[in-house]
Amino acid sequence: MAVTKVVVDPITRIEGHLRIEAQAEGGRITNAWAHSTQFRGIELVMQGRDPRDAWAFTQRICGVCTVVHAVASCRAVEDALGITIPPNANLIRNLIHGMQFIQDHVIHFYHLHALDWVDVISALKADPAGTARIAKAISPWPNNSETYFRAVQDRLKRFASGGQLGIFTNGYWGHPAYKLPAEVNLLAVAHYLEALDWQRDVIRVHTIFGGKNPHPNFLVGGMASAINLDGTATINTERLVDIQGMIRRAREFVEQVYWPDLVAIAGFYKDWAAIGGGVPNFLAVGEFPEAGVNDVDKLYFPRGIILDKDLSKVHPYDHKLVKEYITSSWYTYSGGDAAGLHPWEGETTPRYTGPKPPYQYLQDQQRYTWMKAPRYEGKPMQVGPLSRMLVAYGSGHAEARELVGAALAKLNVGPAALFSTLGRTAARGIETVLLARRMEVWFGQLVERIKSGDTRTFDKAHWEPSTWPASCEGYGYLDAPRGALGHWVQIRDGKISRYQCVVPSTWNCSPRDGQGQLGPYEAALTDNHPLVQPDQPLEILRTIHSFDPCMSCGVHVLDATGAPVVSVKVQ
Amino acid sequence: MTNSAQRFTLESDHLGDHLHAHGVSRRDFLEFCSKLAVVLGLSETLGPRVAHALQVAKRPSVIWIQLQECTGCVESVLRTVEPTIGNLVLDLVSLDYSHTVMAAAGHQAEAALQKAMQENAGKYLLIVTGSVPLAEDGIYTTIGGRTAKAVLEDAAKGAAAIIAVGACAHWGSVQAARPNPTGAVGVNEVIKDKPVINVTGCPPIGDVVTATVAHFLTFNRLPATDSDGRPLFAYGKRIHDQCSRRAHFDAGQYVEVFDDENARRGWCLYHVGCKGPATFSPCPIFQWNGGTSWPIGAGHPCIGCTERHFWDTMTPFYGRLPDVGGFGVESKVDLLGAALAIGAAAGVTGKGVSHGGHQSGRRPHNPH
Repeated sequence: MAVTKVVVDPITRIEGHLRIEAQAEGGRITNAWAHSTQFRGIELVMQGRDPRDAWAFTQRICGVCTVVHAVASCRAVEDALGITIPPNANLIRNLIHGMQFIQDHVIHFYHLHALDWVDVISALKADPAGTARIAKAISPWPNNSETYFRAVQDRLKRFASGGQLGIFTNGYWGHPAYKLPAEVNLLAVAHYLEALDWQRDVIRVHTIFGGKNPHPNFLVGGMASAINLDGTATINTERLVDIQGMIRRAREFVEQVYWPDLVAIAGFYKDWAAIGGGVPNFLAVGEFPEAGVNDVDKLYFPRGIILDKDLSKVHPYDHKLVKEYITSSWYTYSGGDAAGLHPWEGETTPRYTGPKPPYQYLQDQQRYTWMKAPRYEGKPMQVGPLSRMLVAYGSGHAEARELVGAALAKLNVGPAALFSTLGRTAARGIETVLLARRMEVWFGQLVERIKSGDTRTFDKAHWEPSTWPASCEGYGYLDAPRGALGHWVQIRDGKISRYQCVVPSTWNCSPRDGQGQLGPYEAALTDNHPLVQPDQPLEILRTIHSFDPCMSCGVHVLDATGAPVVSVKVQ
Repeated sequence: MTNSAQRFTLESDHLGDHLHAHGVSRRDFLEFCSKLAVVLGLSETLGPRVAHALQVAKRPSVIWIQLQECTGCVESVLRTVEPTIGNLVLDLVSLDYSHTVMAAAGHQAEAALQKAMQENAGKYLLIVTGSVPLAEDGIYTTIGGRTAKAVLEDAAKGAAAIIAVGACAHWGSVQAARPNPTGAVGVNEVIKDKPVINVTGCPPIGDVVTATVAHFLTFNRLPATDSDGRPLFAYGKRIHDQCSRRAHFDAGQYVEVFDDENARRGWCLYHVGCKGPATFSPCPIFQWNGGTSWPIGAGHPCIGCTERHFWDTMTPFYGRLPDVGGFGVESKVDLLGAALAIGAAAGVTGKGVSHGGHQSGRRPHNPH
């Protein structure tokens, strides 16, 4: 049978610009390439800036991950300047970042990923009474009547009846890989719409502490939102009560809608627990410091590495063992392209060697992406919810073990099922449940601190540049919704002299390295992976979306010396 | 701003019936239209006219393309309160192309785009987020194998009007900050023959985007703008003049360092770097996320993100703006605005003018 060349560009329902190329034969994918086709060069822009401004620049790497780069940047600069933020500021950042996770994962499930599993058009044929029966069987969520689901279906019918399908135009409706009964499809459509309303409510935690969302404001040294229970323009009881309500509504939706839906839908797609595993190594830098950012033994999601799917041993993580390779990327290194460089020595000099646009294929090119290839001790790593939950599981995290075990039991599958496309999607739900519960703990701790008289949110000791050393460097880690993130900053004479980020999607979307090892997207697409109709790439979307790609995050540039970008040669 | 050729053609159809069938009563609908009229800066009595416009329209085609960007502007529109994104997409417009939410990918996505452009030629509203990287023949952003510039030019051809959403589509934003490695520019640097309105900000408030869309659909034209193409109903006034902390500025009551006693009293943030005196923005009036708060309301200085070149002209963000008077502030701030505009132009053309205390690392041997 002939090999079919497949191009999917743009991959939609993601952040940023991703192109997937593949080769398919006999209904299987035999080879795959992940291409990042956007480059912005933000780190180069940051050279010579005030390090206290860095969070705002790096935040704009991504408006979906709107918290993560800002906090990682603050941590890097605080590490460099020797700043310890007050406990209240740490709790506030946890609340902001926690709600980012919860909101982002729910949006990912319903609005980015669900249409890979849910046939919207099939929902038109559903029996609303049947949907109501299913809804009541899996959840106490109150919107569960036949009347309710009929109204949703009627809305959908009217939407479709005029022939204008809008965002659902040219979807893969009727594809044989869709397995859900019409009644479950209708349930998912109803919750697609509910989640849209829910997310804009709960995210207001960011607005109260950071003034807006997307892109809330942060501050090196703490948070700018002062606490004064008697103030009209500060964090007071009215604001705290508002936040408490959001945390409650977040948990209710996650426990009563997102998680039951995920388990119900997964039950129809158990075959995807054997598809798309890919790279067998998993890295988590850990997140949610509960005793300050430097006490890495007290992170709610623990730090560590799982190698070769062996959950019996969690290996330590040392950021100095990260190196980035460029043999498949549109960059050049001054010391030769075969080298791997740690971010402290990182260089990013663009050198485009691809075809002149418009082009048809990139898979015949040795260099094919703006993404570099980070490796840990030479190994590719998956990062993200699955990595965190595997590391938590292996580390004996009681709550994670309980939820993972319950999920596996409910689906009647063994732990090997985790290493798959379905495993990545399920792990995202599991950690969302954990966080939705943990938010209440952090909120309670914040209230207790205020009650005890501690309202400090900012450490001013090293705010003024006159207090800074002439030269210093810092590392800020953060485990973001999409996985392990690191920011590295060097400061000279009060200005940024070097800035480097290694970002979740750089790990996951990395290309081949000099050893020929595929990156996680590429490896997953070639691991027991079907593609029934090459011109209908539904299966590719399932596996790629299970990683929740964020391309703007993944591509960045730093030039170590501040030299301008070198000339670019177009073939 | 508009001419007849660029006017949106309203097709006779039945949105009113649609809404009625949706369980929206005539009374509720008129109330909604009156509120919308107020949001648009119109008299509430224009509600019936808004209602008429919305009722006779078939769901009009909206095409949303995303170029060199971070998707924050899309996220912001997902947070709108009235109309909600669900109303917008299911009931009010036909969103025929949207990278972030559409079901189709690859060839099917491109086909959906081409179909919408052909079937609605001359009539669709084009929303653009993201900048256009022009350096090196555009290789810094490609979509479906085509450059961002080619995608924009193609989509703009048949558009009735273009809404450039966010600072990137307005002027390039963070990737266009010095030294602008990819040669990023805004939409109106590329498209010269169509009306382009700049709903700016990093990101803009989502409701300003949807209100601008509603204005266009209701009145068949884009709203009036200032000299930088920003709609007056949102960007017509300076933050400083509408700020809830303005009384403290006039009284000389300032936060001197974050979390000091004055911060806990909610005093003015001018001394810790607030750019409100040089920024035209709807933040204090619309506020964010359904009126929950806004940056200054949450104790952080404004960073001036609705102004062209703010990454260069407004930095360092915690540095104090020069010479903002307490009273009779108009003339001084006008002068300040002019100075910032000159500085911005110099920053872009690389003449090495330094302002606001920032020095680009690209010119380490040229401290000033």
